[in-house]
Amino acid sequence: MSKELNGHKNGQVEKGTFAVKAGLAQMLKGGVIMDVVTPEQARIAEEAGACAVMALERVPADIRRDGGVSRMSDPEMIKGIIEAVTIPVMAKARIGHFVEAQILEALGVDYIDESEVLTPADEEHHINKHKFGVPFVCGCRNLGEALRRIGEGAAMIRTKGEAGTGNVVEAVRHARAVYGDIRRLQTMDEDELFAFAKEIRAPYALVKETASLGRLPVVNFAAGGVATPADAALMMQLGVDGVFVGSGIFKSGDPAKRAYAIVQAVTHYNDPKILAEISANLGEAMVGINIDTLPEAEKLAHRGW
Amino acid sequence: MSGVTIGVLALQGAFAEHMKMLRQLGVTAREVRKPEELDGLDGLIIPGGESTSMALIAERWGLVQPLKAWVGAGKPTWGTCAGMILLSDRATGQKQGGQSLIGGLDVTVNRNYFGRQIDSFEADLTVPALGAPPVHAVFIRAPAITGTGAGVEVLADLTDNAGQTVAVAVQSGPILATAFHPELTDDLRWHALFVRMVTESDAD
Repeated sequence: MSKELNGHKNGQVEKGTFAVKAGLAQMLKGGVIMDVVTPEQARIAEEAGACAVMALERVPADIRRDGGVSRMSDPEMIKGIIEAVTIPVMAKARIGHFVEAQILEALGVDYIDESEVLTPADEEHHINKHKFGVPFVCGCRNLGEALRRIGEGAAMIRTKGEAGTGNVVEAVRHARAVYGDIRRLQTMDEDELFAFAKEIRAPYALVKETASLGRLPVVNFAAGGVATPADAALMMQLGVDGVFVGSGIFKSGDPAKRAYAIVQAVTHYNDPKILAEISANLGEAMVGINIDTLPEAEKLAHRGW
Repeated sequence: MSGVTIGVLALQGAFAEHMKMLRQLGVTAREVRKPEELDGLDGLIIPGGESTSMALIAERWGLVQPLKAWVGAGKPTWGTCAGMILLSDRATGQKQGGQSLIGGLDVTVNRNYFGRQIDSFEADLTVPALGAPPVHAVFIRAPAITGTGAGVEVLADLTDNAGQTVAVAVQSGPILATAFHPELTDDLRWHALFVRMVTESDAD
């Protein structure tokens, strides 16, 4: 239901600004964004209290199992999910595949994830996200990668973690890298900031802004390997603003119950008594993969740069 | 500044931004996640976020009835965006099966009236209650008020090209509601207005 507001009586209207792009991410904070592959799963996620859903064709655990080239989802499926729920709907485009992004924008998705979970379409260039009216979220392993993505127009950042493993270790590594570097930044003088920006290959203006804010200039979620309420609360205590859960929900024994528990864990992440209560009797967690037994070539976090 | 304590419902959404702005005004601000955390508060802000998430989390922790009692007792309450939806007596465009509302504000609100994210916008609003200059307002997948009951004062509205006018900021006694997000700007006037409402209510 789009309203043509240009020229309305009370001032001029401006759409697609960075403030509204980053603003939606601010509204998602303290929430859980869940991977879903059907409208039915989207409804389960909404009923569990998800603040948004990520529409994709296969969850990362299945992408890992099946192999092959992984692409943007069928627009018909994405439309079905958009119609099924009232919460924001995100969808994934391949790294550098700006035409997939154009298609997703035309479908009316609320956020595009330029994602390493899909097979990259360009090994040098990420999408120029400034050219779009729809906002983008991008993955990162460290502060330099996060600020490069923001420089390209990303309005939200997430850790890459190692998607589809049910193993939180990489998400922890990436969150600690980002927040550790932000803490280091705050002790630096201007001369050191110039050198640091060069070292992490990030735009100086964004490095300076991050230092003065004491945080990333945009919202940062955890992603990649979160499988339990305790995992979600761990990431929140490390400093992220919210959590993406991919395979961890619909690859578990009781998705509705686990989804609901992870939502509560993100709200009450600092309350161990409540975490104990909501972690009980959730059924089987997803089986999970140990990252150190995973061949380098199968690690998704190396995609993107 | 004032000796009042204002709570911000911290179940999900942009509560940290409200906390920061209240503190800039010298007000004691506190996050509210459990019913007992409402005790001792002089005012409450329900922030932007996803109203379905907030409603489901509030239900889980037994907050819906205490919040209804809070609003019913005439305590000062301000809802922004999702918070406005939760405070309204009637909502359209809800998820399948509907959602819990706190209610108390005699309006009909249309959830996501302004469309999906691609239609989110910024606009300058003339708000007589706040004086000059106009307020810069950020609307994110925003709702609008399509009908108001008696005693509801419209503080700001928007008219589209089709000539349809909807309210985007209203006050009804101790309840303030905005469809947009003053907490995403540097303009403290809305927060100052709410703090005045709380201070005056506290003095009664």
